[in-house]
Amino acid sequence: MAAAGGRVTWEPVIGLEVHVQLATATKAFAPVPVAYGAPVNSLTDPIVLGMPGALPTFNRAALVAAVKLGLATRSQIRARSRFARKHYFYPDLPKGYQISQHDEPLCEHGAIDVWIAGARHTVALARIHLEEDAGKLNHDGPISRVDLNRAGVPLCEVVTEPVLRSAEQAFAYMKALHRLVRALGVCEGDLEKGHLRCDANVSVRKVGAAAFGTRVELKNINSFRFVKAAIEHEIARQIRVLEGGGQVERETRLWDGVAGISQSMRGKEEVADYRYLPDPDLPPLVVDAELLAAVQATLPELPADRLARLVAAGLAFDDADLLTSDAALADYLDAAVAAAPGSARTIATWIVNELLRELGGRPIADSPVAATALAELAAAIDDGTISGKLGKDVFAKMVATGDGARAIIEREGLRQITDPAAVRAMAEAIVAANPRQAEQYRAGKDSLLGFFVGQLMKASGGRVNPQLASDTMKALLAGA
Amino acid sequence: MKLLSRAEVDELAHLARLAIDDGTRERLRGELGAILEHVAMLGEVDTAGVEPMTHAVAMTLRLRDDVPGPTLPVEVATGGAAVVADGGFVVPAVIRE
Repeated sequence: MAAAGGRVTWEPVIGLEVHVQLATATKAFAPVPVAYGAPVNSLTDPIVLGMPGALPTFNRAALVAAVKLGLATRSQIRARSRFARKHYFYPDLPKGYQISQHDEPLCEHGAIDVWIAGARHTVALARIHLEEDAGKLNHDGPISRVDLNRAGVPLCEVVTEPVLRSAEQAFAYMKALHRLVRALGVCEGDLEKGHLRCDANVSVRKVGAAAFGTRVELKNINSFRFVKAAIEHEIARQIRVLEGGGQVERETRLWDGVAGISQSMRGKEEVADYRYLPDPDLPPLVVDAELLAAVQATLPELPADRLARLVAAGLAFDDADLLTSDAALADYLDAAVAAAPGSARTIATWIVNELLRELGGRPIADSPVAATALAELAAAIDDGTISGKLGKDVFAKMVATGDGARAIIEREGLRQITDPAAVRAMAEAIVAANPRQAEQYRAGKDSLLGFFVGQLMKASGGRVNPQLASDTMKALLAGA
Repeated sequence: MKLLSRAEVDELAHLARLAIDDGTRERLRGELGAILEHVAMLGEVDTAGVEPMTHAVAMTLRLRDDVPGPTLPVEVATGGAAVVADGGFVVPAVIRE
Protein backbone atom coordinates (compact mmCIF):
# COMPACT_ATOMS: atom_id res chain seq x y z
CA MET A 1 0.00 0.00 0.00
CA ALA A 2 2.85 2.34 -0.80
CA ALA A 3 2.15 5.86 -1.95
CA ALA A 4 2.60 6.18 -5.65
CA GLY A 5 2.86 9.47 -7.46
CA GLY A 6 1.37 11.64 -4.75
CA ARG A 7 -1.57 9.36 -4.15
CA VAL A 8 -2.99 9.04 -0.69
CA THR A 9 -1.67 6.16 1.36
CA TRP A 10 -4.32 4.36 3.30
CA GLU A 11 -4.04 2.65 6.62
CA PRO A 12 -6.46 -0.12 7.55
CA VAL A 13 -7.84 -0.24 11.07
CA ILE A 14 -9.14 -3.63 12.14
CA GLY A 15 -10.82 -4.98 15.24
CA LEU A 16 -11.81 -8.61 15.59
CA GLU A 17 -14.65 -10.21 17.52
CA VAL A 18 -14.05 -13.91 17.84
CA HIS A 19 -16.58 -16.32 19.26
CA VAL A 20 -14.80 -19.13 21.05
CA GLN A 21 -16.86 -22.21 21.80
CA LEU A 22 -16.07 -23.36 25.31
CA ALA A 23 -15.27 -27.05 25.71
CA THR A 24 -17.95 -28.09 28.18
CA ALA A 25 -19.99 -31.26 28.43
CA THR A 26 -23.28 -29.37 28.68
CA LYS A 27 -24.83 -26.14 27.50
CA ALA A 28 -24.39 -22.79 29.23
CA PHE A 29 -27.74 -22.56 30.97
CA ALA A 30 -29.21 -26.04 30.64
CA PRO A 31 -27.88 -29.51 31.57
CA VAL A 32 -28.19 -30.60 27.95
CA PRO A 33 -25.20 -32.34 26.35
CA VAL A 34 -23.09 -30.52 23.78
CA ALA A 35 -22.25 -32.72 20.80
CA TYR A 36 -21.36 -32.19 17.18
CA GLY A 37 -23.26 -34.05 14.49
CA ALA A 38 -26.06 -35.34 16.75
CA PRO A 39 -29.48 -35.91 15.11
CA VAL A 40 -31.26 -32.63 14.38
CA ASN A 41 -33.00 -31.16 17.46
CA SER A 42 -32.00 -34.07 19.69
CA LEU A 43 -30.11 -31.83 22.13
CA THR A 44 -32.83 -29.72 23.69
CA ASP A 45 -34.86 -29.38 26.85
CA PRO A 46 -37.46 -26.83 27.94
CA ILE A 47 -34.72 -24.30 28.84
CA VAL A 48 -33.03 -24.54 25.45
CA LEU A 49 -36.40 -24.23 23.72
CA GLY A 50 -37.29 -21.17 25.78
CA MET A 51 -40.46 -22.69 27.18
CA PRO A 52 -42.44 -20.49 29.57
CA GLY A 53 -41.37 -21.00 33.15
CA ALA A 54 -38.11 -22.78 32.32
CA LEU A 55 -35.31 -21.27 34.38
CA PRO A 56 -31.67 -21.12 33.31
CA THR A 57 -28.89 -22.36 35.62
CA PHE A 58 -25.34 -21.42 34.73
CA ASN A 59 -22.68 -24.01 34.04
CA ARG A 60 -19.72 -23.82 36.42
CA ALA A 61 -17.37 -25.27 33.80
CA ALA A 62 -18.20 -22.44 31.41
CA LEU A 63 -17.37 -19.91 34.09
CA VAL A 64 -14.10 -21.64 34.93
CA ALA A 65 -13.13 -21.68 31.24
CA ALA A 66 -13.94 -17.99 30.83
CA VAL A 67 -12.00 -17.07 33.97
CA LYS A 68 -9.06 -19.12 32.71
CA LEU A 69 -9.11 -17.26 29.42
CA GLY A 70 -9.41 -13.99 31.32
CA LEU A 71 -6.39 -14.75 33.49
CA ALA A 72 -4.33 -15.96 30.54
CA THR A 73 -5.01 -12.66 28.77
CA ARG A 74 -4.14 -10.57 31.86
CA SER A 75 -7.70 -9.24 31.87
CA GLN A 76 -9.37 -7.42 34.71
CA ILE A 77 -11.95 -9.91 35.93
CA ARG A 78 -15.06 -8.47 37.48
CA ALA A 79 -15.89 -9.72 40.95
CA ARG A 80 -19.54 -9.17 39.98
CA SER A 81 -20.66 -9.32 36.41
CA ARG A 82 -24.08 -9.69 34.95
CA PHE A 83 -25.98 -11.49 32.25
CA ALA A 84 -28.14 -9.42 29.94
CA ARG A 85 -30.80 -10.24 27.44
CA LYS A 86 -30.00 -9.17 23.90
CA HIS A 87 -33.25 -9.04 22.00
CA TYR A 88 -33.69 -9.75 18.36
CA PHE A 89 -35.93 -11.93 16.28
CA TYR A 90 -34.35 -14.63 14.25
CA PRO A 91 -35.60 -18.18 13.75
CA ASP A 92 -32.46 -19.69 15.29
CA LEU A 93 -33.09 -17.88 18.58
CA PRO A 94 -35.90 -19.67 20.42
CA LYS A 95 -36.40 -17.20 23.27
CA GLY A 96 -36.42 -14.03 21.18
CA TYR A 97 -33.30 -12.99 23.06
CA GLN A 98 -29.79 -14.23 23.55
CA ILE A 99 -28.31 -14.41 27.02
CA SER A 100 -25.13 -12.38 26.79
CA GLN A 101 -23.24 -9.80 28.80
CA HIS A 102 -23.49 -6.13 28.01
CA ASP A 103 -22.30 -3.32 30.23
CA GLU A 104 -20.73 -5.54 32.86
CA PRO A 105 -18.72 -8.18 31.01
CA LEU A 106 -16.66 -10.74 32.91
CA CYS A 107 -13.27 -9.61 31.53
CA GLU A 108 -11.92 -6.29 30.32
CA HIS A 109 -8.66 -4.70 29.22
CA GLY A 110 -6.73 -7.88 28.59
CA ALA A 111 -4.12 -8.57 25.94
CA ILE A 112 -2.94 -11.43 23.79
CA ASP A 113 0.69 -11.79 22.80
CA VAL A 114 1.18 -12.42 19.12
CA TRP A 115 4.40 -13.36 17.38
CA ILE A 116 4.67 -11.87 13.92
CA ALA A 117 7.76 -12.56 11.82
CA GLY A 118 9.98 -13.23 14.81
CA ALA A 119 8.86 -10.28 16.93
CA ARG A 120 6.50 -10.31 19.89
CA HIS A 121 3.52 -7.95 19.73
CA THR A 122 0.72 -7.32 22.16
CA VAL A 123 -2.84 -7.06 20.89
CA ALA A 124 -5.06 -5.18 23.32
CA LEU A 125 -8.44 -6.69 24.14
CA ALA A 126 -11.47 -4.58 24.92
CA ARG A 127 -13.37 -7.38 26.59
CA ILE A 128 -14.19 -11.04 26.89
CA HIS A 129 -17.77 -11.84 27.73
CA LEU A 130 -19.87 -14.93 28.18
CA GLU A 131 -22.88 -15.70 26.04
CA GLU A 132 -24.86 -18.53 24.56
CA ASP A 133 -24.79 -19.64 20.95
CA ALA A 134 -27.80 -19.56 18.66
CA GLY A 135 -29.13 -22.54 16.70
CA LYS A 136 -28.25 -23.38 13.16
CA LEU A 137 -30.24 -22.66 10.02
CA ASN A 138 -30.13 -25.06 7.12
CA HIS A 139 -31.26 -23.24 4.02
CA ASP A 140 -33.17 -25.22 1.46
CA GLY A 141 -34.74 -23.23 -1.35
CA PRO A 142 -37.91 -21.48 -0.16
CA ILE A 143 -37.55 -22.77 3.39
CA SER A 144 -34.98 -22.93 6.15
CA ARG A 145 -34.85 -25.71 8.72
CA VAL A 146 -33.94 -24.77 12.28
CA ASP A 147 -31.72 -27.08 14.32
CA LEU A 148 -31.40 -26.06 17.97
CA ASN A 149 -28.66 -28.53 18.93
CA ARG A 150 -26.15 -25.67 19.03
CA ALA A 151 -28.54 -23.27 20.76
CA GLY A 152 -27.31 -22.49 24.25
CA VAL A 153 -23.75 -23.76 23.80
CA PRO A 154 -21.43 -21.57 25.89
CA LEU A 155 -19.25 -19.06 24.07
CA CYS A 156 -16.70 -16.48 25.02
CA GLU A 157 -16.71 -13.49 22.73
CA VAL A 158 -13.18 -12.13 22.59
CA VAL A 159 -13.13 -8.55 21.33
CA THR A 160 -9.94 -6.70 20.40
CA GLU A 161 -9.47 -2.97 20.47
CA PRO A 162 -9.17 -1.54 16.94
CA VAL A 163 -5.42 -2.06 17.01
CA LEU A 164 -4.73 -4.35 14.08
CA ARG A 165 -3.31 -2.64 11.00
CA SER A 166 -3.24 -5.31 8.31
CA ALA A 167 -4.91 -8.53 7.27
CA GLU A 168 -1.65 -10.32 8.10
CA GLN A 169 -1.76 -9.02 11.67
CA ALA A 170 -5.39 -10.08 11.97
CA PHE A 171 -4.50 -13.55 10.77
CA ALA A 172 -1.53 -13.78 13.14
CA TYR A 173 -3.80 -12.74 16.00
CA MET A 174 -6.34 -15.41 15.08
CA LYS A 175 -3.59 -18.00 15.03
CA ALA A 176 -2.34 -16.86 18.43
CA LEU A 177 -5.84 -16.94 19.91
CA HIS A 178 -6.43 -20.39 18.44
CA ARG A 179 -3.21 -21.62 20.03
CA LEU A 180 -3.97 -19.99 23.32
CA VAL A 181 -7.47 -21.43 23.77
CA ARG A 182 -6.26 -24.91 22.86
CA ALA A 183 -3.25 -24.70 25.16
CA LEU A 184 -5.59 -23.64 27.97
CA GLY A 185 -7.99 -26.45 27.12
CA VAL A 186 -10.94 -24.04 27.16
CA CYS A 187 -11.81 -24.77 23.53
CA GLU A 188 -11.25 -27.77 21.32
CA GLY A 189 -10.28 -25.41 18.53
CA ASP A 190 -11.70 -27.50 15.71
CA LEU A 191 -12.22 -24.90 13.00
CA GLU A 192 -14.19 -27.30 10.82
CA LYS A 193 -16.77 -27.49 13.58
CA GLY A 194 -16.94 -23.73 13.95
CA HIS A 195 -15.28 -23.64 17.36
CA LEU A 196 -13.79 -20.22 16.51
CA ARG A 197 -15.89 -17.84 14.46
CA CYS A 198 -14.75 -14.39 13.53
CA ASP A 199 -16.43 -11.08 12.76
CA ALA A 200 -14.16 -8.23 11.69
CA ASN A 201 -14.65 -4.48 11.95
CA VAL A 202 -12.69 -2.88 9.15
CA SER A 203 -12.13 0.74 8.24
CA VAL A 204 -9.42 2.65 6.43
CA ARG A 205 -8.06 6.12 7.02
CA LYS A 206 -5.35 8.28 5.56
CA VAL A 207 -1.99 7.51 7.06
CA GLY A 208 -1.40 9.95 9.88
CA ALA A 209 -5.09 10.68 10.42
CA ALA A 210 -6.17 10.55 14.04
CA ALA A 211 -9.83 9.78 13.48
CA PHE A 212 -11.04 6.39 12.32
CA GLY A 213 -12.82 5.98 9.02
CA THR A 214 -16.35 4.62 8.80
CA ARG A 215 -16.27 1.01 9.80
CA VAL A 216 -17.88 -1.93 8.15
CA GLU A 217 -18.67 -5.10 10.04
CA LEU A 218 -17.77 -8.25 8.17
CA LYS A 219 -19.72 -11.22 9.38
CA ASN A 220 -19.59 -14.90 8.70
CA ILE A 221 -15.84 -15.35 8.45
CA ASN A 222 -16.46 -18.83 9.72
CA SER A 223 -13.35 -20.41 8.33
CA PHE A 224 -9.88 -19.58 9.51
CA ARG A 225 -8.38 -19.30 6.07
CA PHE A 226 -10.98 -16.71 5.11
CA VAL A 227 -9.81 -14.22 7.72
CA LYS A 228 -7.02 -12.82 5.59
CA ALA A 229 -8.91 -12.98 2.29
CA ALA A 230 -12.07 -11.38 3.69
CA ILE A 231 -10.21 -8.50 5.34
CA GLU A 232 -7.92 -7.89 2.37
CA HIS A 233 -10.95 -7.83 0.12
CA GLU A 234 -12.76 -5.34 2.34
CA ILE A 235 -9.73 -3.06 2.68
CA ALA A 236 -9.35 -2.97 -1.10
CA ARG A 237 -13.08 -2.32 -1.55
CA GLN A 238 -13.06 0.63 0.84
CA ILE A 239 -9.95 2.15 -0.72
CA ARG A 240 -11.58 1.85 -4.14
CA VAL A 241 -14.70 3.59 -2.85
CA LEU A 242 -12.70 6.40 -1.24
CA GLU A 243 -10.36 6.90 -4.17
CA GLY A 244 -13.38 7.04 -6.45
CA GLY A 245 -14.55 10.02 -4.41
CA GLY A 246 -17.24 8.05 -2.60
CA GLN A 247 -18.07 7.46 1.03
CA VAL A 248 -17.82 4.18 2.88
CA GLU A 249 -21.23 3.36 4.28
CA ARG A 250 -21.57 2.05 7.78
CA GLU A 251 -23.02 -1.38 7.22
CA THR A 252 -22.76 -5.05 7.87
CA ARG A 253 -21.48 -7.20 5.06
CA LEU A 254 -21.68 -10.95 4.82
CA TRP A 255 -18.56 -12.72 3.63
CA ASP A 256 -19.06 -15.40 1.01
CA GLY A 257 -15.98 -17.56 1.28
CA VAL A 258 -16.82 -19.65 -1.77
CA ALA A 259 -17.24 -16.70 -4.12
CA GLY A 260 -14.55 -14.66 -2.34
CA ILE A 261 -16.78 -11.58 -2.10
CA SER A 262 -18.79 -9.77 0.53
CA GLN A 263 -22.41 -8.72 0.23
CA SER A 264 -24.21 -5.93 1.99
CA MET A 265 -26.83 -7.00 4.51
CA ARG A 266 -28.40 -3.55 4.27
CA GLY A 267 -32.14 -3.48 4.58
CA LYS A 268 -32.32 -6.56 6.76
CA GLU A 269 -32.05 -4.87 10.10
CA GLU A 270 -31.54 -1.11 10.17
CA VAL A 271 -29.75 0.29 13.17
CA ALA A 272 -29.79 -2.62 15.58
CA ASP A 273 -31.71 -1.95 18.76
CA TYR A 274 -31.14 -4.93 20.97
CA ARG A 275 -32.96 -3.51 24.02
CA TYR A 276 -30.41 -4.97 26.41
CA LEU A 277 -31.67 -5.48 29.91
CA PRO A 278 -30.28 -7.35 32.90
CA ASP A 279 -31.68 -10.88 32.79
CA PRO A 280 -34.09 -11.12 35.72
CA ASP A 281 -33.69 -14.91 35.75
CA LEU A 282 -29.99 -14.64 36.46
CA PRO A 283 -28.69 -12.84 39.56
CA PRO A 284 -25.21 -11.30 39.46
CA LEU A 285 -22.35 -13.65 38.63
CA VAL A 286 -19.79 -13.56 41.40
CA VAL A 287 -16.16 -14.54 40.96
CA ASP A 288 -14.40 -14.67 44.29
CA ALA A 289 -10.71 -14.75 45.15
CA GLU A 290 -10.90 -18.44 45.90
CA LEU A 291 -12.10 -19.27 42.38
CA LEU A 292 -9.51 -16.95 40.82
CA ALA A 293 -6.71 -18.62 42.79
CA ALA A 294 -7.95 -22.11 41.94
CA VAL A 295 -8.08 -21.34 38.22
CA GLN A 296 -4.78 -19.47 38.28
CA ALA A 297 -3.15 -22.62 39.66
CA THR A 298 -4.23 -24.54 36.56
CA LEU A 299 -2.74 -22.13 34.00
CA PRO A 300 -0.11 -23.78 31.82
CA GLU A 301 2.83 -21.97 30.29
CA LEU A 302 1.24 -19.80 27.59
CA PRO A 303 2.15 -20.50 23.95
CA ALA A 304 3.67 -17.04 23.40
CA ASP A 305 5.88 -17.43 26.48
CA ARG A 306 6.80 -20.92 25.43
CA LEU A 307 7.85 -19.71 22.01
CA ALA A 308 9.99 -17.01 23.61
CA ARG A 309 11.63 -19.60 25.86
CA LEU A 310 12.38 -21.92 22.96
CA VAL A 311 13.90 -19.12 20.87
CA ALA A 312 16.03 -18.16 23.87
CA ALA A 313 17.11 -21.81 24.12
CA GLY A 314 18.57 -21.53 20.64
CA LEU A 315 15.80 -22.83 18.40
CA ALA A 316 15.29 -21.33 14.97
CA PHE A 317 12.19 -19.10 15.10
CA ASP A 318 10.26 -21.07 12.50
CA ASP A 319 10.94 -24.33 14.35
CA ALA A 320 9.90 -22.82 17.68
CA ASP A 321 6.80 -21.37 16.04
CA LEU A 322 5.78 -24.67 14.54
CA LEU A 323 6.51 -26.63 17.70
CA THR A 324 4.40 -24.33 19.87
CA SER A 325 1.45 -24.57 17.50
CA ASP A 326 0.36 -27.61 19.44
CA ALA A 327 0.85 -28.03 23.17
CA ALA A 328 1.37 -31.79 22.93
CA LEU A 329 4.11 -31.24 20.37
CA ALA A 330 5.79 -28.65 22.56
CA ASP A 331 5.50 -31.03 25.54
CA TYR A 332 7.29 -33.69 23.50
CA LEU A 333 10.05 -31.21 22.68
CA ASP A 334 10.39 -30.20 26.33
CA ALA A 335 10.61 -33.85 27.40
CA ALA A 336 13.35 -34.48 24.83
CA VAL A 337 15.29 -31.36 25.79
CA ALA A 338 15.06 -32.33 29.45
CA ALA A 339 16.86 -35.57 28.53
CA ALA A 340 19.52 -33.78 26.44
CA PRO A 341 19.66 -30.16 27.58
CA GLY A 342 22.53 -29.21 25.29
CA SER A 343 20.82 -30.41 22.14
CA ALA A 344 17.65 -28.31 22.02
CA ARG A 345 18.25 -26.95 18.54
CA THR A 346 19.16 -30.32 17.07
CA ILE A 347 16.15 -31.96 18.72
CA ALA A 348 13.85 -29.30 17.29
CA THR A 349 15.33 -29.73 13.82
CA TRP A 350 14.84 -33.48 13.97
CA ILE A 351 11.25 -33.19 15.14
CA VAL A 352 10.41 -30.70 12.42
CA ASN A 353 12.32 -32.33 9.55
CA GLU A 354 12.10 -36.02 10.34
CA LEU A 355 9.58 -36.90 13.02
CA LEU A 356 6.70 -34.78 11.67
CA ARG A 357 7.34 -36.14 8.19
CA GLU A 358 7.30 -39.65 9.60
CA LEU A 359 4.02 -38.91 11.40
CA GLY A 360 2.46 -37.53 8.22
CA GLY A 361 -0.19 -35.51 10.02
CA ARG A 362 -0.86 -37.96 12.83
CA PRO A 363 -0.68 -36.53 16.36
CA ILE A 364 2.58 -36.60 18.26
CA ALA A 365 0.99 -39.07 20.69
CA ASP A 366 1.34 -41.62 17.87
CA SER A 367 5.09 -41.03 17.60
CA PRO A 368 6.97 -44.31 17.14
CA VAL A 369 10.01 -42.64 18.72
CA ALA A 370 9.89 -41.66 22.38
CA ALA A 371 11.05 -38.16 23.30
CA THR A 372 13.96 -39.57 25.31
CA ALA A 373 15.01 -41.75 22.35
CA LEU A 374 15.04 -38.76 20.01
CA ALA A 375 17.07 -36.86 22.62
CA GLU A 376 19.63 -39.70 22.60
CA LEU A 377 19.93 -39.46 18.83
CA ALA A 378 20.32 -35.67 18.88
CA ALA A 379 22.97 -35.92 21.59
CA ALA A 380 24.85 -38.58 19.60
CA ILE A 381 24.91 -36.25 16.60
CA ASP A 382 25.89 -33.20 18.63
CA ASP A 383 28.75 -34.96 20.43
CA GLY A 384 30.10 -36.34 17.15
CA THR A 385 29.36 -40.00 17.83
CA ILE A 386 27.62 -40.18 14.47
CA SER A 387 27.25 -37.86 11.54
CA GLY A 388 23.93 -36.17 10.80
CA LYS A 389 23.73 -38.15 7.59
CA LEU A 390 24.00 -41.47 9.41
CA GLY A 391 21.55 -40.07 11.94
CA LYS A 392 18.85 -40.48 9.33
CA ASP A 393 19.63 -44.17 9.01
CA VAL A 394 19.63 -44.53 12.77
CA PHE A 395 16.33 -42.65 12.96
CA ALA A 396 14.77 -44.98 10.38
CA LYS A 397 15.91 -47.97 12.44
CA MET A 398 14.53 -46.39 15.61
CA VAL A 399 11.16 -46.01 13.89
CA ALA A 400 11.28 -49.60 12.63
CA THR A 401 12.49 -51.29 15.81
CA GLY A 402 11.64 -48.95 18.64
CA ASP A 403 15.22 -49.37 19.91
CA GLY A 404 17.27 -46.53 21.39
CA ALA A 405 19.71 -44.52 19.26
CA ARG A 406 22.88 -45.57 21.11
CA ALA A 407 21.94 -49.24 20.99
CA ILE A 408 21.46 -49.07 17.22
CA ILE A 409 24.71 -47.14 16.71
CA GLU A 410 26.72 -49.75 18.61
CA ARG A 411 24.94 -52.73 17.10
CA GLU A 412 25.33 -51.48 13.53
CA GLY A 413 28.85 -50.16 14.04
CA LEU A 414 27.86 -46.69 12.94
CA ARG A 415 30.07 -44.82 15.35
CA GLN A 416 31.86 -42.04 13.54
CA ILE A 417 35.56 -42.62 12.83
CA THR A 418 37.24 -39.71 14.49
CA ASP A 419 40.78 -41.02 14.79
CA PRO A 420 42.81 -38.92 12.28
CA ALA A 421 45.34 -41.72 11.79
CA ALA A 422 42.61 -44.19 10.86
CA VAL A 423 41.08 -41.74 8.41
CA ARG A 424 44.51 -40.97 6.96
CA ALA A 425 45.17 -44.69 6.43
CA MET A 426 41.90 -45.09 4.57
CA ALA A 427 42.66 -42.01 2.47
CA GLU A 428 46.09 -43.30 1.54
CA ALA A 429 44.62 -46.57 0.33
CA ILE A 430 42.16 -44.71 -1.89
CA VAL A 431 44.83 -42.44 -3.39
CA ALA A 432 47.05 -45.48 -4.04
CA ALA A 433 44.16 -47.22 -5.82
CA ASN A 434 43.45 -44.23 -8.03
CA PRO A 435 46.85 -42.97 -9.28
CA ARG A 436 45.49 -41.48 -12.53
CA GLN A 437 42.91 -39.24 -10.75
CA ALA A 438 45.53 -38.27 -8.17
CA GLU A 439 47.81 -37.10 -10.94
CA GLN A 440 45.03 -35.13 -12.65
CA TYR A 441 44.15 -33.48 -9.33
CA ARG A 442 47.73 -32.51 -8.72
CA ALA A 443 47.85 -31.14 -12.27
CA GLY A 444 45.12 -28.68 -11.30
CA LYS A 445 41.81 -30.46 -11.70
CA ASP A 446 40.45 -29.36 -8.32
CA SER A 447 37.01 -30.78 -8.92
CA LEU A 448 38.40 -34.28 -8.41
CA LEU A 449 38.59 -33.63 -4.68
CA GLY A 450 34.90 -34.48 -4.53
CA PHE A 451 35.61 -37.83 -6.13
CA PHE A 452 38.25 -38.70 -3.51
CA VAL A 453 36.12 -37.55 -0.58
CA GLY A 454 33.22 -39.55 -1.99
CA GLN A 455 35.41 -42.65 -2.21
CA LEU A 456 36.52 -42.15 1.36
CA MET A 457 32.95 -41.76 2.60
CA LYS A 458 31.93 -44.84 0.69
CA ALA A 459 34.84 -46.89 2.01
CA SER A 460 33.99 -45.89 5.56
CA GLY A 461 30.29 -46.55 5.19
CA GLY A 462 29.63 -42.87 5.76
CA ARG A 463 31.20 -43.02 9.17
CA VAL A 464 33.86 -40.38 8.63
CA ASN A 465 32.89 -36.83 9.39
CA PRO A 466 32.61 -35.19 5.93
CA GLN A 467 34.72 -32.20 7.00
CA LEU A 468 37.43 -34.46 8.38
CA ALA A 469 37.30 -36.56 5.21
CA SER A 470 37.72 -33.48 3.05
CA ASP A 471 40.54 -31.99 5.14
CA THR A 472 42.44 -35.26 5.31
CA MET A 473 42.14 -35.91 1.59
CA LYS A 474 43.17 -32.40 0.66
CA ALA A 475 46.26 -32.54 2.84
CA LEU A 476 47.24 -35.98 1.53
CA LEU A 477 46.88 -35.01 -2.12
CA ALA A 478 48.83 -31.83 -1.51
CA GLY A 479 51.63 -34.06 -0.39
CA ALA A 480 51.48 -33.14 3.26
CA MET B 1 -50.75 13.47 29.99
CA LYS B 2 -47.68 12.73 27.95
CA LEU B 3 -48.25 11.31 24.48
CA LEU B 4 -45.65 9.23 22.68
CA SER B 5 -44.93 10.36 19.14
CA ARG B 6 -46.30 8.27 16.30
CA ALA B 7 -42.74 7.46 15.24
CA GLU B 8 -41.90 6.16 18.73
CA VAL B 9 -44.93 3.89 18.73
CA ASP B 10 -44.13 2.65 15.23
CA GLU B 11 -40.54 1.91 16.27
CA LEU B 12 -41.70 -0.09 19.29
CA ALA B 13 -44.23 -1.94 17.17
CA HIS B 14 -41.53 -2.79 14.66
CA LEU B 15 -39.17 -4.07 17.36
CA ALA B 16 -41.97 -6.22 18.75
CA ARG B 17 -42.92 -7.36 15.25
CA LEU B 18 -46.50 -6.12 15.76
CA ALA B 19 -48.65 -4.76 12.96
CA ILE B 20 -50.83 -1.94 14.28
CA ASP B 21 -53.51 0.12 12.58
CA ASP B 22 -53.98 3.87 12.94
CA GLY B 23 -56.58 3.57 15.69
CA THR B 24 -54.38 1.29 17.78
CA ARG B 25 -51.43 3.60 17.25
CA GLU B 26 -53.35 6.57 18.61
CA ARG B 27 -54.61 4.58 21.60
CA LEU B 28 -51.09 3.27 22.37
CA ARG B 29 -49.64 6.78 22.25
CA GLY B 30 -51.71 7.62 25.29
CA GLU B 31 -51.47 4.28 27.09
CA LEU B 32 -47.70 3.94 26.69
CA GLY B 33 -47.30 7.59 27.61
CA ALA B 34 -49.22 7.00 30.82
CA ILE B 35 -47.10 3.94 31.68
CA LEU B 36 -43.86 5.83 31.12
CA GLU B 37 -45.13 8.74 33.18
CA HIS B 38 -46.01 6.38 35.99
CA VAL B 39 -42.66 4.65 35.95
CA ALA B 40 -40.91 8.03 35.76
CA MET B 41 -42.11 8.66 39.31
CA LEU B 42 -39.29 6.37 40.41
CA GLY B 43 -36.95 9.12 39.32
CA GLU B 44 -38.19 11.25 42.22
CA VAL B 45 -36.65 8.88 44.76
CA ASP B 46 -33.26 10.00 46.01
CA THR B 47 -30.95 7.08 45.14
CA ALA B 48 -27.66 8.82 45.81
CA GLY B 49 -25.31 6.27 47.33
CA VAL B 50 -27.59 3.31 46.59
CA GLU B 51 -26.02 0.59 44.54
CA PRO B 52 -27.96 -0.28 41.38
CA MET B 53 -30.01 -3.40 41.84
CA THR B 54 -31.21 -5.70 39.12
CA HIS B 55 -32.91 -8.24 41.29
CA ALA B 56 -35.48 -7.97 44.03
CA VAL B 57 -33.77 -10.66 46.04
CA ALA B 58 -30.23 -10.09 47.21
CA MET B 59 -28.70 -13.27 45.92
CA THR B 60 -25.95 -14.25 43.57
CA LEU B 61 -25.94 -16.70 40.70
CA ARG B 62 -25.91 -20.34 41.66
CA LEU B 63 -23.72 -22.50 39.51
CA ARG B 64 -24.58 -25.91 38.13
CA ASP B 65 -22.09 -28.76 37.74
CA ASP B 66 -21.28 -29.63 34.14
CA VAL B 67 -23.21 -32.89 34.18
CA PRO B 68 -25.65 -33.90 31.43
CA GLY B 69 -29.30 -34.29 32.33
CA PRO B 70 -32.27 -35.53 30.32
CA THR B 71 -33.06 -34.21 26.85
CA LEU B 72 -36.37 -34.05 25.05
CA PRO B 73 -37.17 -36.60 22.35
CA VAL B 74 -37.05 -34.92 18.93
CA GLU B 75 -40.80 -35.47 18.38
CA VAL B 76 -41.58 -33.73 21.64
CA ALA B 77 -39.13 -30.89 21.03
CA THR B 78 -40.61 -30.19 17.61
CA GLY B 79 -44.16 -31.17 18.61
CA GLY B 80 -45.40 -27.60 18.64
CA ALA B 81 -44.00 -26.68 15.25
CA ALA B 82 -46.35 -25.96 12.37
CA VAL B 83 -44.12 -27.79 9.91
CA VAL B 84 -41.19 -30.13 10.54
CA ALA B 85 -38.83 -31.47 7.91
CA ASP B 86 -35.85 -33.75 8.51
CA GLY B 87 -36.22 -33.08 12.23
CA GLY B 88 -35.95 -29.30 11.76
CA PHE B 89 -38.45 -26.54 12.51
CA VAL B 90 -39.44 -25.25 9.09
CA VAL B 91 -39.48 -21.48 8.61
CA PRO B 92 -39.64 -19.33 5.48
CA ALA B 93 -36.20 -18.98 3.87
CA VAL B 94 -34.20 -16.58 5.98
CA ILE B 95 -31.72 -15.49 3.35
CA ARG B 96 -33.35 -14.44 0.11
CA GLU B 97 -31.76 -15.99 -2.94
